[in-house]
Amino acid sequence: MSGTFVGMPAFPSAAREALQDDQLRRNLANATGVIRTKRAEVVDEVDNWEELRVAGAAIKDEVLLHLDEYLIELEASLTAAGAAVHWARDADEACQIVGDIAADHEVDEVVKVKSMATQEIGLNERLAQRGISAWETDLAELIVQLGDDLPSHILVPAIHRNRDEIRDIFVESMASAGKPAPDGLTNDPAALANASRLHLREKFMRAKMAVSGANFAVADTGTLVVVESEGNGRMCLTLPEVLVSVVGIEKIVPSWEDLDVFLQTLPRSSTGERMNPYTSTWSGVNDADGPQEVHVVLLDNGRTRALADEVGRQALRCIRCSACLNACPVYERTGGKAYGSVYPGPIGAILNPLMKGVGVDEQTDSLPYASSLCGACYDVCPVAIDIPSVLVELRTQVVDSHRGGAPDAFGAAMAGAAVSFGSPLPWKTVVLATGWAGRLSGPLAGRVRSSALKNVPGAAGAWAGARDIPALPKESFRAWMKRTGGQE
Amino acid sequence: MVTCINDAFFPETGKAVLRLLQRLGVAVDFPEAQTCCGQPMVNTGYIDEAVPAVRQFTKAFAGYDAIVTPSGSCAGSARHQHKLVAERSGEVGLADAVAEVSPRVYELSEFLVDVLGVTDVGAAFPHKVTYHPTCHSLRMLGVGERPLQLLRAVRDIDLVELPAADQCCGFGGTFAVKNSAVSTAMGQDKIDHVASTGAEYLVAGDNSCLMHIGGMMSRQSTGVQTIHLAQILASTKVMAQ
Ligand code: SF4
Repeated sequence: MSGTFVGMPAFPSAAREALQDDQLRRNLANATGVIRTKRAEVVDEVDNWEELRVAGAAIKDEVLLHLDEYLIELEASLTAAGAAVHWARDADEACQIVGDIAADHEVDEVVKVKSMATQEIGLNERLAQRGISAWETDLAELIVQLGDDLPSHILVPAIHRNRDEIRDIFVESMASAGKPAPDGLTNDPAALANASRLHLREKFMRAKMAVSGANFAVADTGTLVVVESEGNGRMCLTLPEVLVSVVGIEKIVPSWEDLDVFLQTLPRSSTGERMNPYTSTWSGVNDADGPQEVHVVLLDNGRTRALADEVGRQALRCIRCSACLNACPVYERTGGKAYGSVYPGPIGAILNPLMKGVGVDEQTDSLPYASSLCGACYDVCPVAIDIPSVLVELRTQVVDSHRGGAPDAFGAAMAGAAVSFGSPLPWKTVVLATGWAGRLSGPLAGRVRSSALKNVPGAAGAWAGARDIPALPKESFRAWMKRTGGQE
Repeated sequence: MVTCINDAFFPETGKAVLRLLQRLGVAVDFPEAQTCCGQPMVNTGYIDEAVPAVRQFTKAFAGYDAIVTPSGSCAGSARHQHKLVAERSGEVGLADAVAEVSPRVYELSEFLVDVLGVTDVGAAFPHKVTYHPTCHSLRMLGVGERPLQLLRAVRDIDLVELPAADQCCGFGGTFAVKNSAVSTAMGQDKIDHVASTGAEYLVAGDNSCLMHIGGMMSRQSTGVQTIHLAQILASTKVMAQ
């Protein structure tokens, strides 16, 4: 069973550790580089890409603005189509609901379609506590699950693994979970895919209940939509008798036509494909075919908290394409686990604090700072979430949540900056002092040079660990202006 | 607007801007009352602490036709963040003052290309140079090709393309110290790319990023110098000889 993220260290130390894993860095740089290039190619060929981005953002904003009404509409249309609708305030309630449905049907195993919402609530672990095995059927999720590992990417959770590692995981762990790996399994991608196919087929044929998420929930028709690449989702959604879908309340789109926008932007942004191989849609129960009992669990778990945040609510537009992860230079170097959540990368750095609230734990508070604010995420986001601005807003909230107590080193430095920059005189004095320091020579100069950075304890070391401090000029710009009047 | 970092640490950049603009016939003033745009505070989450700097900014630069700065990052801060700071402060008149001043802030290459309408500024620089587009100039301001247009018109320059140029160098203000391990890992890739070009100079439009990249290059003795765009554009044949 895969582990959980509880108790992860704050981002800087988790990142430092991840950076030491050369294999991880190579795998990540390679994988994100390939996906980035593919995405850029298929996005460039769409003439109206900017229009699609704006349209996607507008559709989601409309839903978020009237979420109360759309949720009721969705509940009504789902119910009319024969689905049972459940409401879950948090992870506990959602896991309880899914577990109870499994218990009602006396099943001890379920097959799963890849779903972020069920990972977010830790469903597999909670079902295991009730003696129910939840089998992941997406190839990458299977690798994570069999390797007793944590996911590190939204779309390709095993992005940190290479072929050799995957072969070893299959050989070691498939037998204990079901059909063993074929004898003499090599690291050939086709052979690995076939091994997983054989292993999973057995589970598809046997399972009585499936659990999924949904990429979209269409309010007016009561249709859920799952977009995937491998066909495992289609198996889960059609073969078992009972289907339970855990759906975040922000997944709504008003009408069937709105899918037009997202089914263009999602595959291009996520896998760099013009269209994804499998798009499954279902509205409740159909007598002739498919699951005969359909449940939908509508999940809040912090989403209404995010919705209440005026700047941050745009994060709920997210369609989990993971383009921002692949574009992020920080993610590329640290991998997803350093973010301590199933939502890593730039979107994770804003979504986690928005859903959990800031000022509660150090790990969450460190996430808005896990960015150089380079803006690459905003550029690629298909629903135009201005992640850098939300990061800055959340940093403000983190700082505000700690105001009142004794200021930390950064707080003291920033209070000092407020005075230095608030009127010309103090700043002139600072610059003057820098000029004096620049004219010193010998060992004293070095000491005075770094004294500027020593205002923030630790900062001098953090800067100077890998970088030289620039030599100070003998005369500041303003002193030169004063002396020469700007004439050389 | 010379910027606080250039004022204290990189006066040659300020002098170069002055020389360049004067050569192009612009009447340039240096309002002594200027301090800092406030970005270090805003980007670290200390918005209240940025209010005095933003207030001072609006006072220092009130009444000018154009406020030109050799920093994409500080221009971005003035154009995009000052409004937020003023709104949050609730201070009477500050939001209006910001609305008056901030649209007239230009990053140097924007001012040259868009306002003055020049790409050939009559510069000469007989060296092998590679250009790093800093993130805020590239993505926040969208300066695009402007710096390259200006550089291509420089006499005798050997301008070589930087691989993966649009990748962040890892500076990111306080990110460089708060997450120094990641910051320097990003910086390492950047300086490796720079080294692969064989350039003598790495040029950019922000000295803050250059301070980080240059600090790493100097520590590793790569032999590549950093230089601000303004300093290349201000160089002429006479000076080069
Ligand atoms: S934030 Fe945007 S780019 Fe990132 S996963 Fe969500 S939709 Fe995709």
